[in-house]
Amino acid sequence: MNELVIEAGRTERQYWRDLWKYRELFYFLAWRDLLVRYKQTVVGIVWALIRPLLTMVVLTVVFGKLGKMPSGGVPYAILVLCGLLPWQFFSIAISESGNSLVNNSGLISKVYFPRLVVPTSSIVVGFVDFLISLVFLAVLMMWHRFTPAPTVFLLPFFVLLGLAASVGCGLWIAALLVEYRDFRIIVPFIVQFGLYLSPVGFTSAVVPQKWRILYSLNPIVGVIDGFRWSILGGDHQLYLPGFAVSAICTALLFSSGLWYFRRTERTFADVI
Amino acid sequence: MSITVDNLFKRYLIGRQRPTGDGLRHLLDQAARNPIKWLASKLKECKQDKAQFWALKDVSFKIQSGEVVGIIGRNGAGKSTLLKILSRITEPTKGVVRLKGRVASLLEVGTGFHPELTGRENIFLNGAILGMRRAEIRRKFDEIVAFSEVEKFLDTPVKRYSSGMFVRLAFAVAAHLEPEILMVDEVLAVGDLAFQKKCLGKMGEVARGGRTVLFVSHNMDAIRSLCHRGVLLRNGEIQADADAESVVESYFAGLSTGFDHHQRNGYGLALQKVSLKNDKGKETRQFYPGEDLVVEIAFDAQKYIEKPYFTLAIQSSKGHCFAANMLLDGHRPKYLEGKGLITCKFKSIPLLPQRYTVRMAIKANNGKDPIMDYEDLGSFSVVANLEDYGYKGEFQTRVSEATSVVVPYEWQLPDGTTASIALNAPISVN
Repeated sequence: MNELVIEAGRTERQYWRDLWKYRELFYFLAWRDLLVRYKQTVVGIVWALIRPLLTMVVLTVVFGKLGKMPSGGVPYAILVLCGLLPWQFFSIAISESGNSLVNNSGLISKVYFPRLVVPTSSIVVGFVDFLISLVFLAVLMMWHRFTPAPTVFLLPFFVLLGLAASVGCGLWIAALLVEYRDFRIIVPFIVQFGLYLSPVGFTSAVVPQKWRILYSLNPIVGVIDGFRWSILGGDHQLYLPGFAVSAICTALLFSSGLWYFRRTERTFADVI
Repeated sequence: MSITVDNLFKRYLIGRQRPTGDGLRHLLDQAARNPIKWLASKLKECKQDKAQFWALKDVSFKIQSGEVVGIIGRNGAGKSTLLKILSRITEPTKGVVRLKGRVASLLEVGTGFHPELTGRENIFLNGAILGMRRAEIRRKFDEIVAFSEVEKFLDTPVKRYSSGMFVRLAFAVAAHLEPEILMVDEVLAVGDLAFQKKCLGKMGEVARGGRTVLFVSHNMDAIRSLCHRGVLLRNGEIQADADAESVVESYFAGLSTGFDHHQRNGYGLALQKVSLKNDKGKETRQFYPGEDLVVEIAFDAQKYIEKPYFTLAIQSSKGHCFAANMLLDGHRPKYLEGKGLITCKFKSIPLLPQRYTVRMAIKANNGKDPIMDYEDLGSFSVVANLEDYGYKGEFQTRVSEATSVVVPYEWQLPDGTTASIALNAPISVN
């Protein structure tokens, strides 16, 4: 019979094995969030379409029609949607996973399981919305008779990059929120400003060359540029130095998020 | 050895109330002048201004596999903290725990139940939370449903359940865990009496099945009937560790003194002594039905406390009996300061011969903030020969199993005879 030793600073030794053991909890929590998300709404899952649709229309009108921003020879709506997809995934993911620990405080203070299960499983909700929007993008492209670039098969790589950025940021916020509820107010700000600071309504090519590296410190810039490059191709070339900076920032965000989460995790039940 | 606990310590940091006399203008001024410095000082304040509190102090014990151990003690004694450490929800500050075997802990019934999901969905969700495999849940599904008695409402969202149904379903899931070590905290305090019995039965079954059970409860009857051994905690230390019967006795004996941990909530109210007296003013722990019960509480308020609400409740193993509640009657002291005495006389208590506990809670002036959560102040027994009060033969056990309070009454039967039950004064038997 295997023995379990509980000691200050030691409970974590078999953490990764436990995480594997609790994978079913991951499915169930994700499944719960999905079931609950659109319960008692009239149009249900259609909301996952309405939100990106409306945002796309507004951004297309404001940046494309009124702002007359360059689109690189692509219908402006498609350009916007290519940026909106990863952005919306990121914003939903960080709000959902950021709030997940506090929303599940009953679980945290009453049951043991590796706490990583909670914020990561709540990202699944955002991912399902993302997949629905992806179908919407495909439909929009067919409507415009727009053929995707051959690089489109590289898209999963950029999806993974977006996932890493979301998980990293989500873990930071979730762990910080346990102790500092200030982040409940900060997150909506990040989401609100981020939409305009990231190249969602415009291409990052409009950013002056000397600022591009600095601009790429935002990890989402790399993800969005990657999406546009792989789907649209043509004029939307990947600015490699900028992309490298973004990718490195994402890696940093992900690993530091994981580190901070693991470091604070064992006191969650005491402070939540 | 199934559980070994060695020199376990747990420290909590608790927030202290800060003086907030600075005012908004001063605050804005500071924040505007040097935002970084201001934020840093705020964070520092947040970190420093914490008081230490040792929830567990040097706790050690060993439990053999197959033992059923009851952990008792009053609120704040460290029972829940101990269980939380053993079930890995929180880490100890110092000390080592060794556990052998699959552990399942049940600190609350229905943890993770989602009100919007149906009963069926919640069984799966809750099972996964408690660490069951999907295949395992599926295998036991019918059994769980049968135990819970909610077959008809399986596809109804749990938010439409009555609280009784909710508890039954939740316990049913937990009852079908098959751990080698089971830890249960106070979960039987909810639900109706019949179901509580069923739960206790199930726990007894688990215990007889050779599993190790750790059971925290305020229900001393449950502890006595289920556990072989008891551990009494007091202010984070083990005070007694022996057979359940004698540990329960020492719990009751120590109830009326030593409330010192109450100073941790910032109101500075300490209870010094609680005495129970009969109508002759004599201190006692034995009462007859129909006698007056006087509860006398000596307190020491180190700070001025304005218009607090006291609630005194009498409870038996069957649950709440009756109470004197200032939240309901509105008669409260204008203030408490320094040493003082507050007394409540319950007149001619219509109680059956059983064991009772006196519980008290105090709320602040606004009627909401607790100065003291419900806490056992003392216990007493009612003694009587029920024959003398109008119960004959088997009806003595019948009534005792069913209830604790019986207001005196009299039947007028169609044939003109009268029959009375009078728990206030012995009926003279002709």
